[in-house]
Amino acid sequence: MTFLLRRIAFYALTAWAAITLNFIVPRLLPGDPVTALMGRMQGRIDSNAEQSLRVLFGLDQDLSLWQQYTAYWAMLFRGDLGLSFTHFPTPVADIVGQALPWTVGLVGVATIIAFVLGTLVGIAIGWRRGTWADGILPVSTFFSAVPYFWVGLITITVFAVNLRWFPSNGSYDRGLVPAFTGEFVGSVIYYGFLPALTVVLSSVAGWILGMRNMMVTVSSEDYVTVAHAKGLPGHQVVLGYAARNAILPQVSSFALSLGFVVGGTLIMEMVFSYQGIGYTLYQAVSTHDYPLMQGCFLVITLSVLVANIIADFAYVALDPRTRKED
Amino acid sequence: MSAMSAKTTTAEPVLEIRDLSVDYGYGDDPTHVLRNVSLTLNRGEVLGLAGESGCGKSTLAYAATRLLAPPGIITSGEVLLTGRDGRRADLLGLTDGQLRSTRWQDVAIVFQGAMSSLNPVYRVGRQLVDGILAHRKGMPRVQAEERAAELLSMVGIPADRLRSYPHQLSGGMRQRVMIAMALALEPQVLIMDEPTTALDVVMQRQILEQVMELRDRLGFSVIFITHDVSLLVEVADRIAIMYAGEIVEQAAAGDVYRRPRHPYSHGLLGSFPPLHGPRRELSGIPGSPPDLRRLAPGCPFAARCPHVMDVCRTDRPVLGPTAFASTGPGVATAAEDGRLVACHLHAQGSGPVPKALAR
Repeated sequence: MTFLLRRIAFYALTAWAAITLNFIVPRLLPGDPVTALMGRMQGRIDSNAEQSLRVLFGLDQDLSLWQQYTAYWAMLFRGDLGLSFTHFPTPVADIVGQALPWTVGLVGVATIIAFVLGTLVGIAIGWRRGTWADGILPVSTFFSAVPYFWVGLITITVFAVNLRWFPSNGSYDRGLVPAFTGEFVGSVIYYGFLPALTVVLSSVAGWILGMRNMMVTVSSEDYVTVAHAKGLPGHQVVLGYAARNAILPQVSSFALSLGFVVGGTLIMEMVFSYQGIGYTLYQAVSTHDYPLMQGCFLVITLSVLVANIIADFAYVALDPRTRKED
Repeated sequence: MSAMSAKTTTAEPVLEIRDLSVDYGYGDDPTHVLRNVSLTLNRGEVLGLAGESGCGKSTLAYAATRLLAPPGIITSGEVLLTGRDGRRADLLGLTDGQLRSTRWQDVAIVFQGAMSSLNPVYRVGRQLVDGILAHRKGMPRVQAEERAAELLSMVGIPADRLRSYPHQLSGGMRQRVMIAMALALEPQVLIMDEPTTALDVVMQRQILEQVMELRDRLGFSVIFITHDVSLLVEVADRIAIMYAGEIVEQAAAGDVYRRPRHPYSHGLLGSFPPLHGPRRELSGIPGSPPDLRRLAPGCPFAARCPHVMDVCRTDRPVLGPTAFASTGPGVATAAEDGRLVACHLHAQGSGPVPKALAR
């Protein structure tokens, strides 16, 4: 229980620091949002509107930094992240809220597939090392060694352009209305297949290698020999004794990789023009949309934090040695 | 203790290792770590296996139970186990399924590392129970748990420790748990591979006494592997001394201790302080064990032997009766007949046996 409270306190502190940084950094940037917006619109906004924009953005009040900070927190608790410049006047929260499910769905599922697949293959070739199956290693490592965007471009060239099996971009058939119908879900899976494939291809090697090496290490542990000597059935020795212990480091890196689901897929979403957080962030950066960037960063930071929490608790659940004796 | 338990010993073999050879390495030039080792464990007996590190004691235990990890390969031999029904089977010829059901049920092992033999992520109880359930199909879990609790109290650990994780137990407790685990299915043979090496001397003694007491009660046979000959003299009925992958001497425990016949046994005994009797200077054995990858012809001990002869450098001695056996050249005594030694000093016509080896 004390462990739980201490972890929660630690993460609350980390979250506070991250959010505060998120608040400070844009204020250190030169220029002001109104000038930036006027500049972006290139004369399409009447210069007389400048004052009303200032009022709209809340820049007319002469607030101290502390007042701004408390106001920022108050807005944050209301889920208000401000207005996007690019999609003016759509709230940032809406844009992020629309993009997030796509990223979490696509990359999340792909990450889980890569983890499960890589771990299973790692168990198999780690247990029976020195067979032909070891040949999987260099092949899969090749895919994770080549640049990510390149894998994406190659899959597009092969499967979308040449073979025409899958669409090259987008996240669903634009002719459909988003709804929970079989047709729409099918379309989402169809459009998501190639991006998911590149994520799996380029990350599965890490899981295979990690699991295989841990399996090799754990297999020579005495308790595995004892499990053999006890006459336990083969699958019980492999899964219950060898893999059960070998998976511990995998689980924490899996939880951490979940944290990067949101932030780490920028390139994939750019290559496939997939409407996720990465693509939104890319757009925000290229159009100097500070509120949107800030919103994206906040979501990315928080998701890494949440993943850390999951990793922490998963490890405690799986490894009794990390538990404090109460 | 050995005198008392000797009475219960009958000459019925329960585990018979014949001509067992083990190589390490798959290449053209593997290392021969065990060369034609034969050893018989009789029912109810404690057989001690002693020798320096790297002489093949543990390899023998692993090979005989087919637990040898790659790159170890058994190249020849058989391991005959006499079942409870009196039928004999070669462990090396069993199918995987048969082997699995024999393991733990007939032959259980307590390993060297008390610390690492238990899986750190499972509770002790679970590890006791899964071994029981693997062999007692259909036994309700509750019953297996009761048995586990019974086993723990048998080795002097309160039953509520079933809920403990290995890291919550002391080293001595962990080794007791391992012993309890090994006895879970009342095996016929218990192999103990340096079971107390990682423990302090007081704990060593307690655990040994407990094992011997349980042996008297449950009637299993023990192969006790250690480098500590003085310990063996106290607990074992018979002792086999190993050197460089071979057994060089085999005799009743007291005989090995008081009247070693092989120069190596003599040297090994000289390197431990005697537990009883007057103090004497520890001598040790000069030199170090031979490199098993480049074993010269002749006796592997020749280079370190104080009584080395010309024949020792050319011919490998084989295990046979001592010079004092009724067929040998020395003064025959009846007690000598069960003894075996692999040394040219005891061969016919090699002159008088040196005094130290002729007591």
